[in-house]
Amino acid sequence: MVIEIGHFALILALAVACLQMVLPLVGAHRRWSAWMAVAEPAALLQAGLLVAAFAALTHAFVTSDFSVRLVATNSHTLKPMIYKVSGVWGNHEGSMLLWCLILAFFGALVALFGGNLPDGLRARVLGVQASIGVAFLSFLIFTSNPFIRLDVPPLNGRDLNPLLQDPGLAFHPPFLYLGYVGLSTSFSFAVAALIEGRVDAAWARWVRPWTLLAWLMLTVGIALGSWWAYYELGWGGFWFWDPVENASFMPWLVSVALLHSAIVVEKREALKSWTVLLAILAFGFSLIGAFIVRSGVLTSVHAFANDPERGVYLLAITGVFMGGALLLYAARANAIQGVGVFGTASRESALVLNNVLLAVAALVVFIGTVWPLVAELAFSRKVSVGPPFFDASFTPFFMALALILPIGAVMPWKRARLGRIVRAVWLAAVGAFGIAAFIWMIGTGRTMLGPVGAFLGSWVILGAVSDLWARTGRDRSGRLRRATRLPRSDWGRVVAHAGLGITIVGISLLLAWEVEDIRIAEEGETFSVGRYELTLTGVKQVQGPNYLSTQAEFQVARNGSAVAVLRPERRIYPVAGIPTTEAAIDNGVFRDVYLVIGELQDGGGWAVRTYIKPFANWIWSGAVIMALGGALSLSDRRFRVAAGARRRGIRVAAE
Amino acid sequence: MILRALLLILLAGTALAVEPGEILDDPALESRARDISKGLRCLICRNESIDESDAELARDLRLLVRERLVDGDSDDEVVAFVVERYGEYVLLNPRRDGINLVLWAAAPTLLLAGLGAAGILLVRRRRSAGPDALTAAERARLAELMDE
Repeated sequence: MVIEIGHFALILALAVACLQMVLPLVGAHRRWSAWMAVAEPAALLQAGLLVAAFAALTHAFVTSDFSVRLVATNSHTLKPMIYKVSGVWGNHEGSMLLWCLILAFFGALVALFGGNLPDGLRARVLGVQASIGVAFLSFLIFTSNPFIRLDVPPLNGRDLNPLLQDPGLAFHPPFLYLGYVGLSTSFSFAVAALIEGRVDAAWARWVRPWTLLAWLMLTVGIALGSWWAYYELGWGGFWFWDPVENASFMPWLVSVALLHSAIVVEKREALKSWTVLLAILAFGFSLIGAFIVRSGVLTSVHAFANDPERGVYLLAITGVFMGGALLLYAARANAIQGVGVFGTASRESALVLNNVLLAVAALVVFIGTVWPLVAELAFSRKVSVGPPFFDASFTPFFMALALILPIGAVMPWKRARLGRIVRAVWLAAVGAFGIAAFIWMIGTGRTMLGPVGAFLGSWVILGAVSDLWARTGRDRSGRLRRATRLPRSDWGRVVAHAGLGITIVGISLLLAWEVEDIRIAEEGETFSVGRYELTLTGVKQVQGPNYLSTQAEFQVARNGSAVAVLRPERRIYPVAGIPTTEAAIDNGVFRDVYLVIGELQDGGGWAVRTYIKPFANWIWSGAVIMALGGALSLSDRRFRVAAGARRRGIRVAAE
Repeated sequence: MILRALLLILLAGTALAVEPGEILDDPALESRARDISKGLRCLICRNESIDESDAELARDLRLLVRERLVDGDSDDEVVAFVVERYGEYVLLNPRRDGINLVLWAAAPTLLLAGLGAAGILLVRRRRSAGPDALTAAERARLAELMDE
């Protein structure tokens, strides 16, 4: 019964989305306020209906209702409760329902918090948002319906893929989708602005918080996924340039570019049409990502739906929305002229450079990701494009970005004077050089990766500190008081930039200094890796709730004093028939000790892999700090107060 | 005991990436083998190198790479041998020849194009209007304000 209510709510949501798409757009065109007014209640209703549908499906998973096909194929009674819940989105149909729910959720947010938007713009934004909803809801209902019942329900389910039964991965998809789908709001704002033919500072101010929200969720989602890969896949890799990772990384890059170019529109009324284009492309990459993950055209670790029909449908959605929006852009972009004027050395120019680097980097990732497909279809050449290509092609862009970031952040708008910039950042440059020299000295000297990465990372971190310092004025007294009174968006920028620096330090030092040890260890044997001594004290069999496990116990010591007791496992999930490795990690600020237990060897003893991973946690901490910076910026009062004060009187904007 | 037996049955055939038994005694050769393995794709896996993969095929390839190295092949000869057997698809680092040049040239070309476009934009912007020029509408509004 609950399932039927959910099913019904889902179909009703599609009907409501159809109304929300047509009436407000027509109303805004004809200036019929009654038609435009449909948008908000419809957006709220659509979100409410999808909450009901999602709750119904969750209920089925929690109560293990195996008469529902999706539950039978993806759940099991013995599975812990948290994974019964996360199992709702651990499959194609359920995750698509979550996608639709989030799409409607963002629409409802615009309806709730968009009170200060002009009626026409709000109606159009919600109308465009609903059109995306119509596309995805019909995709869900007609090709991937999660509410299909089975005629003969099985006694128990087939269990969720054990790799997905993990806290890191349980919450990875919701964050990722909040990011992907959140970019739909920026897209809707861009298309609405194109329909209106008007982009001004107020528009940029409205669009920025939505982009910021989507970007910070995407950042957390990507970080969670990378962290999961680090501890779950058994050898501590954190980024593989897998097509699906790239699918989330491309919208991330474009949304970073969009965040920065929207500042230029907001403050200086320049780069308008470029910003609109970025808003379209950011969501475009999200759509392409959905296509890549779900069509299975590019084989990858994550693809859970390998269905040509779905792939074609998603490709059609991507084509219609991107084609339509870009056509509209081509027709209207001329109407959107920037007015702000700026010199070659100015913050505007620095942000243009930032945008060029980010956009080209995103394109390069895109080309690398689809190249195997292009090469095979068009040139019948079967090639792989793997990490070596991406490392070589992508890294220079991020190095350049890191180099210009601290300089751009302290540059004034319009025109900059070299002397003042040098005064603001020279200390940071000297500090970063010092740190790099120190790293060079204590490193093995085999690669330049450590020193260069440490220089760039600390240059960005120290640059963020100098940025804050410069912002608090020249005289010493009252600096602290002034710092606390800086707008939150200033703090947000500084924190987010510092987070990026921390991630850069983490990645480069981890790659430069990692130690690996592979050996056979007998029970009771002690061996040393790096500066640590490890003792395999015992191996035993353990029965988990829905798995069996071989669990080893290691004592980790350094200079004779105990550091930690680690218990790496190898698990087998009998229902799904899949083995997993559970690495045991002793987390530290400056290093992780990472242990994996392997097979019992023929001649006795166990295969053991030990890694010392320096600065590993800096990678994800940096990402979380970046997201925190985004949240700080999002809480800035100018996004809440007076955000709607579109300049009256002057109509210079986009007419 | 039953548990243990079941575990052994189920775990048989699932190995961890590089096994202790595979490692060569000569550390220099082993390090070369690792570098080569990182650039070769495990053909039946999804986007994993043979160095990372647990699959049987990846293990065979790792052993093959080490055998060739022990026999005195250079790194390039080993890679060429594997490519001859399994095709160019096995290379994670795509070759820089033929149509693949488009792929490799993409980053520098696009960057130059982007910088060029940005440069033109900046120069035009400076030429089209002197710094801080007001539009007609702005001038009108300014006059209005001055009158007040």
